[in-house]
Amino acid sequence: MNHVEIHRDECKGCAVCVAACPHGCLVIGDTLNLMGYQYVEFVGNDRCTACGLCFTVCPEPGALVVYGMKKV
Amino acid sequence: MPDVQIQYSKSASMYQLFFRKENDQKTTHYCPGCGHGTAQKLIASVIDELAIQDRTVFLSPVGCSVFSYYYFDTGNIQCSHGRAPAVATGIRRTLSDAIIIAYQGDGDLAGIGMTEIVHAANRGENITVFFINNAIYGMTGGQMAPTTPIGVKTLTTPEGRSKSRDGNPIGMCELLASLQAPAYIERCSLSTPKQVLRTRLAIKKALDYQVRKKGFSFVEILSPCPTNWRMSPLDARAWIAGELEGDIFPLKCFRDVPQEIQPDSLSVIRPDIVTLLTKDSILKTSYDGPPRAPKYIKIAGFGGQGVLSAGELVAFSALEEGFNVSWLPSYGPEMRGGSANASVICSDEPIGSPVVDCPNVLIAMNNPSLELFENSVTNNGIIVLNSSLVERKPRRTDVKTYAIPATDIAKKAGLVSAANVVMITALAAITGFLHVSTVKHSIGNVLRKKLYTDKNLEIVENTLSYLREKEMM
Ligand SMILES: Cc1ncc(C[n+]2csc(CCOP(=O)(O)OP(=O)(O)O)c2C)c(N)n1
Ligand code: SF4
Ligand code: SF4
Ligand code: SF4
Repeated sequence: MNHVEIHRDECKGCAVCVAACPHGCLVIGDTLNLMGYQYVEFVGNDRCTACGLCFTVCPEPGALVVYGMKKV
Repeated sequence: MPDVQIQYSKSASMYQLFFRKENDQKTTHYCPGCGHGTAQKLIASVIDELAIQDRTVFLSPVGCSVFSYYYFDTGNIQCSHGRAPAVATGIRRTLSDAIIIAYQGDGDLAGIGMTEIVHAANRGENITVFFINNAIYGMTGGQMAPTTPIGVKTLTTPEGRSKSRDGNPIGMCELLASLQAPAYIERCSLSTPKQVLRTRLAIKKALDYQVRKKGFSFVEILSPCPTNWRMSPLDARAWIAGELEGDIFPLKCFRDVPQEIQPDSLSVIRPDIVTLLTKDSILKTSYDGPPRAPKYIKIAGFGGQGVLSAGELVAFSALEEGFNVSWLPSYGPEMRGGSANASVICSDEPIGSPVVDCPNVLIAMNNPSLELFENSVTNNGIIVLNSSLVERKPRRTDVKTYAIPATDIAKKAGLVSAANVVMITALAAITGFLHVSTVKHSIGNVLRKKLYTDKNLEIVENTLSYLREKEMM
């Protein structure tokens, strides 16, 4: 299934991806990561289209990995 | 069910681990929500897509993105403040295949570096400039930039930028578009996902023009600095859309006229000029003997011991023997005293960087030099030490050590300042990597005071006698 893998300790909790997702698949959670940020969580199991917008707007190189069914 | 595959992940053009501070960083040093991170990911993904990673040279500026070289797995140079377009020009003239990216902030490009960018654009250099306009000096804590809008409060405009006092914000795209030479000029923004995707298209077009040698390309990217704007990352993006993109910095393509660049005009290595310059030269421009192992030489001592000219002596001699050579001096502000060292590289291959971190030859003229550099010598390296002044033996057992009483030999001949010549003679005679006859010939080229040439040649002979006596050669 389409989904986004979150590398929690690479996320700075800026919420730019949360605002970018057209399907509300991402939310900022309550827990803190190693850097002390409330990191993003993926909640969009059936809705994610693997469009990659969240990855593209995120300032961190490796915080997100987008998986999808379409061929690369 | 079809396989789930990775669709978007970290670019191959970025390092997997960043060797900043600790060796295993995965995150950048940018503040949360900073536009630099997004812009650099876009650039990296286009480098991947155009398959130009192995010939890209990324020029970092001074500013928050000064550390870009920790992130881009490409060639990297960190330029002095505002000077990236000048550095890019130099690379362009020497490496015709390089893809050159100057990445600059608005303080860097439109403030201190205004001259460089205007002239590089005016020459139509086949380079790409990404201009990150966050309307403020980020790194130094939020001073007014040439791009700060009227009325905006910054550290240096506490009551807001005033037109009469500070001038209007400068539109760099507009300014450069008044020149004839540029091929492509566009202003983009990171305000919304849609604009981010457009920015990626502009980045791709700019780099593609460079790949196809279509001339100077310039992409301005309006970019959030949440920290110094004192806004949340999302508010900062909304502020770009509401305040910057309108009248001040309209998003549009200002120029799209691909130029035809004559590839030959870009190269400074013209055979006719090489012949002209080397016709009467003693220097060999080529070497066709068996391959020679490169020498990474560190010569160290105190100022006044002739450390730098010892390096020149090696460099001149090696040039004469057809090596590629670099010579890099390092010294303190004192003319005499203090410590000094010279790094000299002699290689059959072209030399990428003149820095010698791990020498395979160390010439230690005094105690502190041995202390400082002994541990950096490579396995099986050579240490030549001035035993007149160096009191201890090297601790390393995996290197060859030669102790030469250089100061005593020089003093005996009545020219104590020629201890450096003793050391270089010994290096040449013992290792054979330079002919002593070449060293003798170069002494004339290196010496400032020609008066002492004969004295120095005598000291060379005395050194050879000493080495023969001690069966060191
Ligand atoms: C020669 C010199 N002058 C001034 C400085 C101080 N300085 C460091 S970064 C900077 C401005 C950076 O602003 P910008 O180019 O907008 O980059 P940002 O940090 O916003 O990304 C200044 C003035 C310096 N390092 N060197
Ligand atoms: S890939 Fe697209 S749909 Fe999926 S979480 Fe990211 S932005 Fe949302
Ligand atoms: S994943 Fe990236 S964009 Fe999303 S909150 Fe974390 S750092 Fe910000
Ligand atoms: S100060 Fe501004 S430009 Fe610099 S890293 Fe932080 S957010 Fe980015």
